[in-house]
Amino acid sequence: MVHFTAEEKAAITSLWGKVNVEEAGGEALGRLLVVYPWTQRFFDNFGNLSSTSAIMGNPKVKAHGKKVLTSFGDAIKNMDNLKGAFAKLSELHCDKLHVDPENFRLLGNVLVCVLAHHFGHEFNPQVQAAFQKVVAGVANALAHKYH
Amino acid sequence: MVLSAAERAAVRALWTKLGSNVGVYATEALERTFLAFPTTKTYFPHLDLTPGSAQVKAHGQKVADALTRAVAHLDDLPTALWALSDLHVRQLRVDPVNFKLLGHCLLVTLARHYPGDFSPAMHASLEKFLSHVISALATSYG
Repeated sequence: MVHFTAEEKAAITSLWGKVNVEEAGGEALGRLLVVYPWTQRFFDNFGNLSSTSAIMGNPKVKAHGKKVLTSFGDAIKNMDNLKGAFAKLSELHCDKLHVDPENFRLLGNVLVCVLAHHFGHEFNPQVQAAFQKVVAGVANALAHKYH
Repeated sequence: MVLSAAERAAVRALWTKLGSNVGVYATEALERTFLAFPTTKTYFPHLDLTPGSAQVKAHGQKVADALTRAVAHLDDLPTALWALSDLHVRQLRVDPVNFKLLGHCLLVTLARHYPGDFSPAMHASLEKFLSHVISALATSYG
């Protein structure tokens, strides 16, 4: 189980409070689809994903990105019980969506890049380290119910 | 995933922009790696890893020089990086998963310092470039 120090929780919560979930969600999911094109396999019904600009401007990508990051925000409110918080979503991603959990790690790292891109010097090594813990915890929690 | 001509041009252009600061950024990437992924420190028991350490800076410069060499030899990375691959595999015996961790922290460092340049397309080009470097470094594993 991931353990967060008080300082890590404070750093994470403070930065997350400044995140525009809608914008960052679309950005993170879009970049995932651009940088790791095989991830597009899960989004066949999203319409035009034929180019970088098509992906980044695609309204379904933006909407789904917002959904994903809103869920991530819930994780930040439940850092001490990520497995519990993500149990249902874990079952969904395994049984219905058939998503390889490696993709959760990829998205987590893309999100870290998006935060660095947006927050600049505020996203210092200590803040990054705290966020790497969260994204790893979320990825593991999402993979927990796989069978 | 071969780098297209446009991707190569983009990576070379960014590297030119980084200029003599490649060492600074490689050092920051190392510091980020040690903090975010503490297991990576196990390869450096002989170095002072406290942030700001002169030894980490020196190592950062070595990494920077290797990456600059890689950018200059995008057409044949395995040959250009053969000696480094041999070093990392045979002498240092680094688990290749660690190259990805440093690669990720380098992307984070560049995103933080060059937000105007770190578009999704540049992000993709850099990720491809780094994954080619990592493959070339792992060549000697056989």
